[in-house]
Amino acid sequence: MVETIINIILFTMLVLTALAIVRIDSLFAAVMLSGVFSLLSALLFVTLDAVDVAFTEAAVGAGISTVLMLMTIALTSRTQKKATRSGMVPFVVVAVTGGALFYGTLDMPNLGDPNAPAQLHVAPEYLAGSIKDIDVPNVVTSVLASYRGYDTLGETAVVFTAGIGVLLLLSGLGRRRRKDEEGDA
Amino acid sequence: MMHHHLILRVVTKMLVGTIILFAFYVQFHGDFSPGGGFQAGVIMAVAFILYGIVFGLNKAEEVFPPWLVHKLAAFGVLVYAGTGVVSLLLGYNFLDYNAFNPGHPSHGQHWGIFAVELGVGITVTGVMVAIYYAFAGRPPPINDEDW
Repeated sequence: MVETIINIILFTMLVLTALAIVRIDSLFAAVMLSGVFSLLSALLFVTLDAVDVAFTEAAVGAGISTVLMLMTIALTSRTQKKATRSGMVPFVVVAVTGGALFYGTLDMPNLGDPNAPAQLHVAPEYLAGSIKDIDVPNVVTSVLASYRGYDTLGETAVVFTAGIGVLLLLSGLGRRRRKDEEGDA
Repeated sequence: MMHHHLILRVVTKMLVGTIILFAFYVQFHGDFSPGGGFQAGVIMAVAFILYGIVFGLNKAEEVFPPWLVHKLAAFGVLVYAGTGVVSLLLGYNFLDYNAFNPGHPSHGQHWGIFAVELGVGITVTGVMVAIYYAFAGRPPPINDEDW
């Protein structure tokens, strides 16, 4: 009962924040609101007992992303340009996509259903084995680092590749080197 | 940059050490409490980013030079994949941590998880700080006072 009330409050605030982000013109305010959005999602993850995910959401979503977005608007502009074309076509696209997503959820198992396919595949084996085979109390860590170590290796490689991509786009190493060569010549 | 924000500078000096300590706690206590390499890497990076925002990019680059940041980002992936290669060389499957202590497999698992989480933490720290440096290294068109 209490959990339902908390969920309703959190989801209401989440929707209000999302609407405010859409409506507001100041990009600085929009970035801060997206940080608030992340914190609210982190709270929702806490009510789902997914504290590891909540931790990540709070650190990455509310923390680092907000800082990076602020630095992006420091490099570009602080207010968004007024839309020149009518919003009718985007609205239809969003409405159709949203409707399709809602339709898709009709087939999904209920939230927290113990008989959902995702809970019956390898999860029971991991839950039972985590203490016996690995002896780590935090099942998330044992799944992430041991049972699914190969996936996490891929994830680490993705983070690394993303970093390299941003460096290539932004660091201006090439430009600096060219300037140095011109200076030498 | 920001020579006038006295309170910010003092509070930052006090906080940076605590943030780094918390990052180590999250990194090495991930087996028992929420956390792990991804979160710890981000928190560690935040310490340097906070330092850079308050004291300026040049000061941050003196503490944590860009060449080291870039090498750490790659080194973490190497630590992770290297753990798998070591278990291969010991005659087990790739990333099968039982290899590190065949007599007591769960201890081997602990060593393996420790190593790969460390690799994740190092890579995430390196990548996040590198992205911050890449953004902050561009010339800012907005003055300090305009904010």
